[in-house]
Amino acid sequence: MKPFPDTSPGASGLALREGLLFGRGSPGRRGTDLPAAGVPEAEPAAELPAELLRAEIDGLPELSEPEVVRHFVRLSQWNYAIDSGPYPLGSCTMKYNPKSAEAAARLPGFAAAHPLLPEEDCQGALALGFALERALCEITGLAAATLQPAAGAHGELCGMLMVRAYHVARGNPRKKVLVPDSAHGTNPATATLAGYQAVEIASGPDGVVTPAAIAGALDEDVAALMLTNPNTLGIFERNVREIATLLHEKGALLYNDGANLNALAGVARPGDMGVDVMHINLHKTFGTPHGGGGPGSGPVAVALPLVPFLPVPTIRRAGDGFALDFDRPQSIGRLRTFWGNFGMWVRAYALLREWGPDGLRRAAQLAVLNANYLRQLLSPAYHLPYSAPTLHEVVFSDKLQKAHGVSALDVAKRLIDHGFHPPTIYFPLVVSGALMLEPTETESPETVEALAAALLAIAAEAAEDPAALHAAPTRTLVRRVDEVRAARKPVLRWHPKPR
Amino acid sequence: MRYLPHTEADIRRLLGAVGAPSLDALFSSIPEPLRLSRPLELPPAADERALLGELSALAEKNLRVPPERVFLGAGAYPHHVPVAVDQLLLRSEFYTAYTPYQPELAQGTLQAIFEFQTFVCLLTGLPVANASMYDGATACAEAALLALRLRRGRKKIVVSRALHPAWRATMRTYLAATGSEIVEVPYDGRTGRTDGAALAAAADARTALVLVGSPNYFGVVEDVREAAAAARQAGALLAVGVAEALSLGLLAPPGELGADLAVGEFGSFGGAVSFGGPGVGFFAAREEHLRQIPGRLCGETVDAEGRRAYVLTLATREQHIRRASATSNICTNHALGALAATIHLGLLGKSGLRSLALLNYRRARYARQRIGRARFSGPVFNEFVIEADAAVAARARAAGFVAGLPLGRDYPELSGALLTCVTELHEKTAIDALAKVL
Repeated sequence: MKPFPDTSPGASGLALREGLLFGRGSPGRRGTDLPAAGVPEAEPAAELPAELLRAEIDGLPELSEPEVVRHFVRLSQWNYAIDSGPYPLGSCTMKYNPKSAEAAARLPGFAAAHPLLPEEDCQGALALGFALERALCEITGLAAATLQPAAGAHGELCGMLMVRAYHVARGNPRKKVLVPDSAHGTNPATATLAGYQAVEIASGPDGVVTPAAIAGALDEDVAALMLTNPNTLGIFERNVREIATLLHEKGALLYNDGANLNALAGVARPGDMGVDVMHINLHKTFGTPHGGGGPGSGPVAVALPLVPFLPVPTIRRAGDGFALDFDRPQSIGRLRTFWGNFGMWVRAYALLREWGPDGLRRAAQLAVLNANYLRQLLSPAYHLPYSAPTLHEVVFSDKLQKAHGVSALDVAKRLIDHGFHPPTIYFPLVVSGALMLEPTETESPETVEALAAALLAIAAEAAEDPAALHAAPTRTLVRRVDEVRAARKPVLRWHPKPR
Repeated sequence: MRYLPHTEADIRRLLGAVGAPSLDALFSSIPEPLRLSRPLELPPAADERALLGELSALAEKNLRVPPERVFLGAGAYPHHVPVAVDQLLLRSEFYTAYTPYQPELAQGTLQAIFEFQTFVCLLTGLPVANASMYDGATACAEAALLALRLRRGRKKIVVSRALHPAWRATMRTYLAATGSEIVEVPYDGRTGRTDGAALAAAADARTALVLVGSPNYFGVVEDVREAAAAARQAGALLAVGVAEALSLGLLAPPGELGADLAVGEFGSFGGAVSFGGPGVGFFAAREEHLRQIPGRLCGETVDAEGRRAYVLTLATREQHIRRASATSNICTNHALGALAATIHLGLLGKSGLRSLALLNYRRARYARQRIGRARFSGPVFNEFVIEADAAVAARARAAGFVAGLPLGRDYPELSGALLTCVTELHEKTAIDALAKVL
């Protein structure tokens, strides 16, 4: 087999050198034109002591607009993105980000709306928030939702603080939170932040949590179980209802990590499974862009018993319109400065409106179809540690490649040479050398096939020329980077030259 | 549906390949009673033009008062976003990229984060900064958590009542399970500054953190040196919360005034107010706190051929490695907002930053004098409190202005006062017209 099949998009390109912004340009040059003040030119020194003022800041760039634009265009060209090619990162749900949603979020009435406008002057924003909340409740089968959390982990914190408030209202916050070993790291980290001890639950041999494991760990000190469903192996936690009953019998709650809601939307609803509280990642299931790391948006939906504890403010109906409700005595309180990542609400709502109920369901179906197709194509060459049916993502391991001294990292780095972003690797932790693939519904069958062809070529290369894989990537702007050096002697900023 | 590539023929072909009789059969691992047996009750699909029509109509409802006649700040400061910033943000390579965990494919994002960290350091006068937080409120909460880790055994957080009320409230929410105590220190009713004597009295050997805002919620520039002395005396850390980062173009940086931490909101650079989110939180600290900092950090290193390269580093602090013992649970941050700030600061540069800050200062100073009614005497940057009760605010609104934010909900003693913000968006003519109405 050729190292790079013709179906691989990777080709050579021209990347341009570009240094840092700092210390560049010429004194007095700038990339913004400002209006004249039009008012008396008062000097701050007239009313503030010199020690509380500063001069111009050494090292700031002195560049024109064309220079700054060129700088950032060059940087952008060093990135891979979902608009350049598929991004099969498991549990990250890197689907296409609709362009109409970007236009919608930039409408002046949305972008320029101040969060503290009098309520009668921001009814459009409140109406959109209310409609999105209702849609998320219908999709999750839960009673109420808050759109405030800024991201998934912020939603987890919101949800777990509500769990805590619920128990406190019943006289005892309890001490422990159960977290399966296949969970995202944010789950145990959030449990700690909410004042709980995270207790790890081992997954069963077929990759799902068993009622027996829960029953064995369950006592009156357990506040909740944090369950990701489908889990990070892409497998449905089929015992969820039985587990929910076990928890509820002991007065504990079921938290659902909604990172993988893309497999279920329109097909099944967590609220119908006994889930009490969950977060939803708008930047996964609802296609808002990841932005190179954020912002996301992590709304939380809850069952009726948790409604009193929602963060303030909530959006409520008021006459013909909507209002923000701050008067909620049992609320966990404020979560952030304002009402949520509104720009992300607009984008998610736009996609929901374009999908409609049928498109939403079809998206989940095609996401699962693509993952199963990828599983089928790769099974001859990669070890599949769990054979349970695959939903939206599939986890292979590097077991077969290890025989040639090739690791999941090598496979990932070689995939870059083929022009694809690597899958998630070494997660979930329950699989040694995990390669976790989530194609999402927006990739065509041809793209899934090209990705598979590249991974099959790499598996063949692993047997024939493992050294080539250790050396990968070879076709990128930079090769493998020295992470040890970065951590041992951290350089985290540019410094101006001493005068 | 134009985002879904699969035709019916494609679906049949793929179903055949995976050996499933139907799309529904792919979900057989979900027990039948748990599957939804009806269509979701959502509005029917809208085409692109219908969607934009519908959303434009909603957006219009937020434009009853044109932005240049809205004098609101209070944590969200409206500024002109250069078109170049937004066009660069719309480059797919930036906004549709994931977190840069694979550095070979993400040098653009990584270098931009490194530049963001540098801008935060240069503006705050502190040596290290992270790759961003969600917003100013959560950055304050993380500062309190960091102080509780670094000053183990100390359980008290002393905070000025002139710090943003939502930031204080968010801190209370985050600290609910930590067993710590938040003590609020009053402000001087004449100057609008934090009561220095009360602050010094409250900061004691049990105090982990002293936190003041500057400019504070009333827009008043604090004397941070006073707070620094109180914190130092108590052996506590001092954090300065900055809601309007543009002020750092004019005011001495917190790091030079004795702050150990500077936290707050950077959204004034390159960000639209967008009904309050997303903004971009920043977090800056001293070198010795590096390994306790929350969130992502980008560092410089070299690749296998010795070329300069950037990579996310010191990840052993973070949730995906350290899990239950992580310094924070944060994962996704506000990277694109950080990029917007980096681009805007790149455009402003050395002289532009100072000029824009001066412009805000001068317009606000003019407005404060022109309007009169000043509630506090302390010096301000670009917002200030005026005596104006509900009737006055209503009169302004009837004339087509939002004159400011009524303060009564958060400060009952200021129920007859408005917090009024003036930036470069507010021309002299609009200021004069507002003053006339008031």
